[in-house]
Amino acid sequence: MRSQPSNPLETEVAGLRLRNPTMLASGILGTTSDILRRAAQSGAGAVVTKSVGPKPREGYPNPTVVEVGCGLLNAVGLPNPGIQAFAEEIRDLGDLEVPLIVSVYGFSPEEYAEVAEAAVEAGADAVELNLSCPHVKGAGADVGSRPELVSEIVERVKGVVDKPVFAKLTPNVSDIVGLAEAAVEAGADALTAINTLRAMAIDVETARPILSNRIGGLSGPAIKPVAVRCVYELHRELDVPIIGCGGVTSWRDAVEFMLAGASAVQVGTAVALKGLNIFRLITEGVKSYLERKGYGSVREIVGLSHRG
Amino acid sequence: MSAYPTEVNRMRIVEIKAVKDENLNVKTIFFEDDLCSSAEAGQFVMVWIPGVDEIPLTLSSIGSRSKDGLSSVTVAEVGEATRALRGMEAGELIGVRGPFGNHFETVSRGGRALVVGGGIGMASLMPLIERLVENDVETTVLFGVKSRSNLLFMERLGELSAQGRIRLLVTTEDGTYGAEGLVTEAAEKVLSSGRFDVVYSCGPEAMMYKIFGLAEKLGIPVQLSLERIIRCAIGICGSCVVGPYRVCRDGPIFTSDRLRVIRDFGRFRRDFNGRKTPI
Ligand SMILES: Cc1cc2nc3c(=O)[nH]c(=O)nc-3n(C[C@H](O)[C@H](O)[C@H](O)COP(=O)(O)OP(=O)(O)OC[C@H]3O[C@@H](n4cnc5c(N)ncnc54)[C@H](O)[C@@H]3O)c2cc1C
Ligand SMILES: Cc1cc2nc3c(=O)[nH]c(=O)nc-3n(C[C@H](O)[C@H](O)[C@H](O)COP(=O)(O)O)c2cc1C
Ligand code: FES
Repeated sequence: MRSQPSNPLETEVAGLRLRNPTMLASGILGTTSDILRRAAQSGAGAVVTKSVGPKPREGYPNPTVVEVGCGLLNAVGLPNPGIQAFAEEIRDLGDLEVPLIVSVYGFSPEEYAEVAEAAVEAGADAVELNLSCPHVKGAGADVGSRPELVSEIVERVKGVVDKPVFAKLTPNVSDIVGLAEAAVEAGADALTAINTLRAMAIDVETARPILSNRIGGLSGPAIKPVAVRCVYELHRELDVPIIGCGGVTSWRDAVEFMLAGASAVQVGTAVALKGLNIFRLITEGVKSYLERKGYGSVREIVGLSHRG
Repeated sequence: MSAYPTEVNRMRIVEIKAVKDENLNVKTIFFEDDLCSSAEAGQFVMVWIPGVDEIPLTLSSIGSRSKDGLSSVTVAEVGEATRALRGMEAGELIGVRGPFGNHFETVSRGGRALVVGGGIGMASLMPLIERLVENDVETTVLFGVKSRSNLLFMERLGELSAQGRIRLLVTTEDGTYGAEGLVTEAAEKVLSSGRFDVVYSCGPEAMMYKIFGLAEKLGIPVQLSLERIIRCAIGICGSCVVGPYRVCRDGPIFTSDRLRVIRDFGRFRRDFNGRKTPI
């Protein structure tokens, strides 16, 4: 038996100890060591980097981020300096006060493994596999929508790293549970759900798609109910920690995700809505909720909505 | 509910009302937009050139303070998007979102300000200068360009100078107008001969880095406008970071206390792929 943590917000995901259940989502500011450190100092329980691949990539031309009222549409196109240059930023964060999770993508299972290995070597506490990488060779769809590819990627990565591996799932499939099962059977230590939903915006005055890539991913409040449903289904069917992501903008949203089965939540778009202080706002709100409801630890509410 | 007004980030399609060639390479584009009308000096907008690109440009005039109620951006041609925008005429449509970022803080009435502009950097300083003059701040403007043909805003600046409301000093590198030399050399002289409460600057980063060094030696606070790659403009994508700050949200105006902690300032910037490149 382990004793009750004195900090009611402290929790654990796949062996990573978090001082609170909030994380900075991938692709949100995580481009440099300085800004990741600032996110940690702003109160995040863990930080996830921008997705990094094997080679430098410029991303798509602007417009890359569009306001759609209920959320944001983005097609930034995974700009990143490549793992070799990014390893310098990771090494710079050796003294970070919270776990550092490096988000990894590739265009083949080998590339995922190569990047993940280098990330862990540089000091990552865990890796999160961005399985929503577009334009995989041969296939038109995201890598992450094909269970056999997901399984191969996770297996390869698990074979070369000794740190927790999170599989970040795309909601753009008819059966997210099937996808998750493939990841878990291949050894994923946790699931992050969800990435953005494929979406589009067209300007009526000029009759043109606004994003330069035409199609992008929807995030923010608009996708929260979809994300909560995904987390709920995953928790019901699988025995693996889940990190909820999608539209978390307040402590209420965070609690809702945890009741659905999330051990922690990631925050993306709300950093634009409420600034970096969002992590403090959420954790303070969750803490008051726990006190008001008489819970000693945030862990007690994980999956609570599933009870009979 | 939110600190970040989503209304500001919504893209508005506006018609170009008028254009003005400032010089052979620079054009001012006027449009009408309520949100831009109430912007502050130093803030920027994202301008969408449909089918081409979307780029950050500082407001060079602010509707609520201009006679015709129009706001404007002033664009120097350096590449594809700026070429396309410079080629646009009245009646054509552009997308605008913003205004974004923080703004210049004006010193109090009776204070003494030095404003140092380099080339197109003058675009973001024009609304500031007009604001300083309105507030009875004793304002000295140093404006440096390569050559006479690169001058811009000389009507607006010349008028204020003729009225005795600003002291204007122009430098050209080739001596074809005003004093010959670099604007930083002029700044060094002016700073050593007078007392200033604040130095404002916008222009090439190497120039601003020099200005910051001079001001630090004399203990004068600065407010500088920095540039980095802007994508989202709302503080989430991470392409515009300098040190622990975001140019789009914490900036674009940076004060001395922040500049001191930015390791990258004057040294390197991040490319489109996030790699460091020397300034
Ligand atoms: C806050 C801010 C305010 C600015 N205000 C003005 C202004 O008032 N007038 C003006 O003429 N210019 C201004 N600029 C610079 C202007 O945005 C660039 O010159 C323009 O984006 C170049 O686009 P391009 O396609 O013509 O050139 P490209 O050939 O694409 O690029 C040339 C160079 O311009 C810069 N650049 C390109 N795209 C961007 C981008 N999305 N964000 C930032 N820099 C970019 C890069 O340094 C690049 O190397 C400002 C930049 C920033 C960050
Ligand atoms: C501008 C932007 C960039 C993103 N980049 C990435 C990325 O590089 N890798 C990734 O796994 N997810 C990326 N995402 C998705 C987010 O991590 C998150 O899954 C999604 O936005 C839903 O959460 P939210 O509603 O809190 O934003 C990005 C999202 C946005 C808005
Ligand atoms: S441009 Fe996206 S964070 Fe500043």
